[in-house]
Amino acid sequence: MMYTLAIQLVNLFAAGMLLLAFAMLAQRRILTLIHLYALQGLALTASTVTVAWATGQAHLYESAAITFALKVVVLPWILHRLIRRLNVKWDVETLINIPSMMLVGIVLVVFAFNLALPISEFSRSIARGTLGIALACVLMSFLMMITRSKAVPQVIGFLSMENGLFFAATSATYGMPMVVELGIALDVLVGMVILGVFLFQIRERFDSLDIRHLEKLKDD
Amino acid sequence: MDALAMLLAVPLAGAACLWLVGEREAAPEINAAASFLTLAAAAWLTAEVVSDGPFAAFHEQFFVDPLNVFLVALTAFVGFTTSLFSAPYMRNERDKGRMTPARLRLYHGMYQLFMLTMLLALTSNNMGILWVAMEAATLTTVLLVSVYRTPASLEAAWKYFILCGVGIAQALFGTILLYFAAERVLGAQGHALLWTHLDLVKHQLEPAIMSLAFVFLLVGYGTKVGLVPLHNWLPDAHAEGPTPISAVLSGLLLNVALYAVIRCKVLAEGALASHFAAHMMMAFGLVSTVTAAFFLSRQRDIKRMFAYSSIEHMGIMTFAFGMGGPIANFAGLLHMTVHSLVKSAIFFAVGHAAQKAGTQVMDEIRGLLRVSPRVGWGLMIGTLAILGMPPFGVFTSEFLILTTAMREQPWATPLLLLALGVAFAAIFGRVQPMVFGETTLGRLPYQPALAPVFVHLALALMLGLYIPPYLAAWYRQAARLLG
Repeated sequence: MMYTLAIQLVNLFAAGMLLLAFAMLAQRRILTLIHLYALQGLALTASTVTVAWATGQAHLYESAAITFALKVVVLPWILHRLIRRLNVKWDVETLINIPSMMLVGIVLVVFAFNLALPISEFSRSIARGTLGIALACVLMSFLMMITRSKAVPQVIGFLSMENGLFFAATSATYGMPMVVELGIALDVLVGMVILGVFLFQIRERFDSLDIRHLEKLKDD
Repeated sequence: MDALAMLLAVPLAGAACLWLVGEREAAPEINAAASFLTLAAAAWLTAEVVSDGPFAAFHEQFFVDPLNVFLVALTAFVGFTTSLFSAPYMRNERDKGRMTPARLRLYHGMYQLFMLTMLLALTSNNMGILWVAMEAATLTTVLLVSVYRTPASLEAAWKYFILCGVGIAQALFGTILLYFAAERVLGAQGHALLWTHLDLVKHQLEPAIMSLAFVFLLVGYGTKVGLVPLHNWLPDAHAEGPTPISAVLSGLLLNVALYAVIRCKVLAEGALASHFAAHMMMAFGLVSTVTAAFFLSRQRDIKRMFAYSSIEHMGIMTFAFGMGGPIANFAGLLHMTVHSLVKSAIFFAVGHAAQKAGTQVMDEIRGLLRVSPRVGWGLMIGTLAILGMPPFGVFTSEFLILTTAMREQPWATPLLLLALGVAFAAIFGRVQPMVFGETTLGRLPYQPALAPVFVHLALALMLGLYIPPYLAAWYRQAARLLG
């Protein structure tokens, strides 16, 4: 009983993550994008806690705590500070052709499910059905990074790809060994700080965060 | 074990120390001293492995075998010589106003941290920590690539960060899949990501998962190796950063990334009955070699050109390790060594030449021999060495790779020969007028440190003429580990 409930809950949170990935793909406003990213982190935390509760894997609680602290609190906070200091808080990006991007997104989801199907059959995790969703989230973040021309949304795409990967780790297995998870969290945090410094450098040089300025280096 | 602790502690302490010292006059010397201590620790570690054989340490989180100890020694050595080269180079940059005190502090601190991440990646037994260290290596160098704050360098650093970040994310997915496959055999937590344990049970790992995992790992770490078509970040990052960083990126980081690929290949080969992993690596290697060779002649910037040459050589090594077998692996390891030595020597010479000319555009650098014969000869000899002229070591390794290819993969040989020929024509034609002829260059306040250039070239020459028996035995052991 509890087990089926847990599976349903995990599937619910996974569906939430996928919907949020679609929402991020179509979102033009930077501020809303950060909120969506924090929500995705929350869905990830919730699904990790559910798996931990249903299976009694104690270390998953720690993993969920790290996820919560990093992806719902610290990183969104850094992003908020960053967009305030960079004065891009109310920026609206012009996205061309949202409907066709949604269609590409759907194709990616189908592709991800096909790719994940043979692997998830080997999995003993209760969340094994969601491996496809995790892979889809990764691919959609990839698509988001390709289609965005502003620096901050690209960074958010990058971070959301990392969310998808973490979700893959909990859905295929019961999370990576603790030392690895800590190392990854440290990398993400340091990476974010370095990116913050870096965005200021870009703005100082180009007076804008539009990375179309950053397409000059080519092999002629 | 003490040696291992020292190896990792010295760069960390060095980074902290350099951060405190900041822009004081002695900072480059402290950087060199820390690098020297790292080299001493690497030598000690090597001696331990030679006398006692491979060992694991710290709850098996670290391990050292002939394969990685050889790369540790190489990394520490080139790290030390680069720090020697960097001292006068950076002082010249400071006098030109391109390096402010704050940037120098960042540069020296990050240099040591970069060494630490590479040594950690090499000695870690945990495939997850290997990933963490590879990502950290990108993070430590991204601000160094953009250190001049020119539009081009910012663009290069952004590309470097995003492309390597995305690439390495693929490798993380591969690592997760690897853990997934291993956990079914080794049980959750603990040992399932330790390479020594994985190596013992590699035949039991689920082939369907492992083949997918290897694709992701190869694409992920391959981005950092600079394999075509994932190489876009590499020429930019090499050309726009300070030259010492170009030297360590090209000479060391690419090696470490390739090391990660071959560790994964050993596991994938064991799990899969087919030669899937080998064929993937051969294909990527060959495409990289040929593509990079054709890009060489289109370059105007000297550091960009040698960056493409690095892609070409990494392609050759990937191809060699893909073929596998005792001779190809031996040749691949030898090529790794001589490429690191020669390419970093070339970057040292190029750095001084570009500093004298005040530009990296090849058409504006002329007549190096008139102004500073040693830089000119260093560049010329280095170029001949990297192009595979006998009697340098690059010739030996390329010869071994080509003859093995002729026997085992005959279809690939003409392509490899074509690439080598095109590369020769492109690079030699460019470098020759830069070295000879009338000059346009000026003098610099700080005398360049050219000892590293000639020491590296002399070692490459020695490896071409005579490989000491213990070194050969060592390569053979490492080659055997790779199967």
